[in-house]
Amino acid sequence: MAKQAVPVLKVLHLGIQFGGLKAVEDFNMEIGESELVGLIGPNGAGKTTVFNLLTGVYQPTEGAFYLCGEKMNGKKTHQVVAAGIARTFQNIRLFKKMSVLENVKVAMNKNMKYSMLSAIFRMEHYWSEEAETDEHALDLLKIVHLEDKAAYIAENLPYGEQRRLEIARALATGMKLLLLDEPAAGMNPTETAELLDIINNIRDQFGISVLLIEHDMSLVMKICERIQVIDYGVTIASGTPEEIANNPKVIEAYLGKDDE
Amino acid sequence: MSILVQSLINGLNQGAIYALIALGYTMVYGILRMINFAHGDFIMVGAYTMFYTAPLMVSYGMPAWMAVILAVLVCTAVGILVERVAYKPVRGSGSISALITALAMSLFLENLAMVLFGGNPKTIMKIFDLPMIELFGAKIQMKYLLTLGIGLAIMIILTMFVRFTKLGKAMRAVPQDREAATIVGINVDRIITVTFAIGSALAAVAALMYCSTYPRCTTDMGSMMGIKAFIAAVLGGIGIIPGAMLGGLIVGLIEILVKVYLAPGWYEAITYGILIVVLLIKPSGILGKNTGEKV
Amino acid sequence: MPKNVKIAYVINFAGLLLLFAALYILFETGVFGTRTDYFKGIATTACYTIIMVTSLNLLVGVMGEFSLGHAGFMSVGAYASAVLTNMLSEKAVPGFALFLAALLAGGIAAAVTGILVGIPTLKLRGDYLAIVTVAFAEIIRVAFTNFEITGGGRTMSGIMKLSNFYWVFWVMVICVTVMYMYVRSRFGRTVKAIREDYIAAAAAGVNVTFYKIMTFTISAFFAGIAGAIYAHYLTAMIPTSFNFMYSAEFLTEVIIGGTGSMTGSVIGAAFLSALPEVMRAFAKYRMLGYSVVLVLIMIFRPGGVFGTWEFSLTRALRRVRRGLRKGA
Repeated sequence: MAKQAVPVLKVLHLGIQFGGLKAVEDFNMEIGESELVGLIGPNGAGKTTVFNLLTGVYQPTEGAFYLCGEKMNGKKTHQVVAAGIARTFQNIRLFKKMSVLENVKVAMNKNMKYSMLSAIFRMEHYWSEEAETDEHALDLLKIVHLEDKAAYIAENLPYGEQRRLEIARALATGMKLLLLDEPAAGMNPTETAELLDIINNIRDQFGISVLLIEHDMSLVMKICERIQVIDYGVTIASGTPEEIANNPKVIEAYLGKDDE
Repeated sequence: MSILVQSLINGLNQGAIYALIALGYTMVYGILRMINFAHGDFIMVGAYTMFYTAPLMVSYGMPAWMAVILAVLVCTAVGILVERVAYKPVRGSGSISALITALAMSLFLENLAMVLFGGNPKTIMKIFDLPMIELFGAKIQMKYLLTLGIGLAIMIILTMFVRFTKLGKAMRAVPQDREAATIVGINVDRIITVTFAIGSALAAVAALMYCSTYPRCTTDMGSMMGIKAFIAAVLGGIGIIPGAMLGGLIVGLIEILVKVYLAPGWYEAITYGILIVVLLIKPSGILGKNTGEKV
Repeated sequence: MPKNVKIAYVINFAGLLLLFAALYILFETGVFGTRTDYFKGIATTACYTIIMVTSLNLLVGVMGEFSLGHAGFMSVGAYASAVLTNMLSEKAVPGFALFLAALLAGGIAAAVTGILVGIPTLKLRGDYLAIVTVAFAEIIRVAFTNFEITGGGRTMSGIMKLSNFYWVFWVMVICVTVMYMYVRSRFGRTVKAIREDYIAAAAAGVNVTFYKIMTFTISAFFAGIAGAIYAHYLTAMIPTSFNFMYSAEFLTEVIIGGTGSMTGSVIGAAFLSALPEVMRAFAKYRMLGYSVVLVLIMIFRPGGVFGTWEFSLTRALRRVRRGLRKGA
C-alpha cells in the first residue's frame, strides 16, 4: 500500500536557533492519515515554536519536514497552507472587526476564482461564487455550532466560540493536517467536552490528521492516539497515552526532580 | 583637499543641527510611539523668538546669542503646551489619531506664525561675529566650528543626563514598559512633559545654530527640516538617543558631500534613498534592535 | 444578480443622474452669473480631491496602513499625462479621446510607480512604512525638479485644458464605484483581513504581500488619474506643489471623513475642497481654524465624523417612504 508508505507529516531532525539559543532541537515526528497526535510539554518547552516552524512562520535552521512526501522547508506561510497545513493560535487571532462568516470566507479566498473584472462589474461569476462560498462557509460553521452567529462581529463572540471560529477558519482552508494550539485553553469543562466532540467529528468527517498542543495532560490522554513530549526543545518521550503517563522522565519534566 | 575639509566641517555643522532636532523626535517617539510632526515647527518658534529678541539684547549691551536663552524658554513653553493641550487628550485613541493631531499642531503653529509675523521671510541679525580661520589650507568660518562644538557638547551632556541621573533613568524606563514604570513609582505624565521640554529646548538651540548659518526665518522653515531630522532619527534607530546623533551627522554629511561632489540637484533624493535602503536591510535603523512580532 | 441588488443599482444611478442634472442646470442657466466658471472650478477640484481621498482610504481604512506620500503618486500621474498630451497636442486627436488617454497614462504611470515602491517597502508596517512613503514622494518630487521634460524645476505650463467638469464628474463617479466594488469583493475582504491580523491572514492561506502590493498599486492608479485631472485642469504645475503638506492634507481628509467609510471620504473631500474657497474672506485664519477643528475631531471623535458608516440611497428612500406612510 503506497498510501501507508507516505505519512501525512514527516519531520526529520527539525531545529531552530534564535541567536545561539536552541529553541527546538532534533525534532522528529510522523503522523499518519487521520491520526490524532498530541504534543505536550511544560510552559516554554518549545511547542508553539514547533507549530511556527511547521507553518512557515519561522524557517528552520536545520532539518526538514514533508507533507505527504512534499518538502515544505523554505515555503512561506500561505504556501504551506496551500499545500495543506492549517492551524489555530494559542492567543486567538481572529479578524476581530469582521463578521463570523467573513472570517471563514477569507480562508476560502485561495479557492475562489472570479476575477477583478467580475468583481468590479458584478458579473454573473461574482454572484454565483459568492453564494456558493457563503453556503460552504455556513456548512463549516455548522460543524463548530456557530451557524446561528454567522452575522455576528467576531470580537463580540464569547471566548469559547472565538476558539471554535478559529477552527472553522482553519477548516475552510481545506487542509490535510490541522494544528491546534491549546484549543481548550480558558474553557470550562462543558465547553471542553463540546470541543472534544467537534474535534472527533472533524476527523471522522474530513479524514484529516490532527496535531494537538495541550497543556492539560488529562485532555490529551482522552483523545490522542499517540503523544510526544518535549522539554527545552528536546523530545523526551513519545508513545501511547499509557506509556507517557508512566514515563518517569515526563513526570520529572512536569513536576521537577525530587532529589534536589 | 581644502574643499574636502571645508565640506566635512560644513556637513558636520549641518549634521549637528539635524542631530539636535532628531533628538527631540526620537525621545518623544521612544516614549509615546508617536511622530511629533510639530517638532520641526518648534525650530521656527525659536528662530522667530531670536529674530525679535536678538536686537533687544544688543540694545541692552549684551551679545546677540544671549537671545537663545529666551528662545529656549519660549520653545519649552510651547512644547509643554502642545503636549498638554493637544497630545494628552488623544493619547488613548490609537496611533493614527496621534499622528493626525501632530500634523494638525504642525499646521496650527505654521499658520499662527503666518498670522502673527506675516508671510515674508525675515532676516535675522548676525548672531556671532567671528573671523574665518585657516585649517589644513581651507578657509573655515569660526562660527561653524563653534556651533558644531555646541552641538556635540549638548549631545554629550544629554547622554550623561539620560544615563546617570534619576530623571534620565526614568526617561529610559518609561519606553521599555510604561505599566511597570508606573508600578515602581515613576510619574509617567511628568516624564512625558520633561521629554517634551527637553526636546523643544534642543529645538531652540538648533534654531540658534541654523540661524547663525542661514540668517533667515520663514514660517515653513521647520517642517522640511523636521522631516529630514526625523529621517535622520529613523536612520540611526528611532527611540535611541545615540542613534539620533549618528543619524543626524550622517544625513548632514551626505547632504553636503553630495551637493559638493556628486549632483547638487539630487542631494535630497540621495538622502531619502539611503534611508530606504537602510530600512529595507535593517528595518529598525542602524543602531536599532530587531523586534519581530510574537506569534 | 439578485433582484433587489438590480433595483438598488438603478436607484443609485438615478440619484447620481439627478445630482448631475442639478449641477448642470445650476452651471448652464447662469444663476451664478460671472462666477459660474469659478464655481465649476471648485466642483472640479472637489472631484479630483474625492478620487485622491477615496484612493488613500483604500490604504488607510481598508488595508490599515497610512501613506504620507500620496501626492507623489498624484504628481506621477499629472506629469506623465501632461507629457503625453503635449506630444499629442499637434495631432488632430478629439478632445475627449485625448482626455481619456491622459487619464489612462496618468493612472498607469502611477500604478507602475506604485508597484516599484510597493515591492520593496510593503514588508515594513506602521510608522516605518509611513516614513518610507514620505521618502519616496520626496524622491519623486526631486526627480521632477531635475528632469528637463517636466520643466526642470520651473513651472510646467501650457498643458491643454481638458478637464471639463461634466467629464470629470463621471470619471469621479466611475473611480469611486470601482473602488467600492473592489472593497466589497473577495479582494477587499482579504485586504481587510490583513488589516485585522496579518499573521492570521497568512495562516488562512492569504498571500499577504501580494494583496498588499495589489491594493497599493490600485490606490496609486487612482491617485494617478486624479493627477491627470489636476494637470489638465490647472494647465500649469510645479513639483513643489506635491509636497509633504499636500499628502498630509489628503490623509487628514481621510481621517476627518472616517477611516474605512467611502461616504466619509467623498463628503469630507468635497466639503474640505469647497471650504477654502467659500472662506476666502477669512483666508488668513482659514488654515488656523482647520487645524483647530482637526485637533477637536481627534479628541472628541477619533474615528472621524462618519466612522465606518456608509450612506445608502436605497435605505434612505425606504426610510422616507416609511415616514410618509406613517404621516399619511
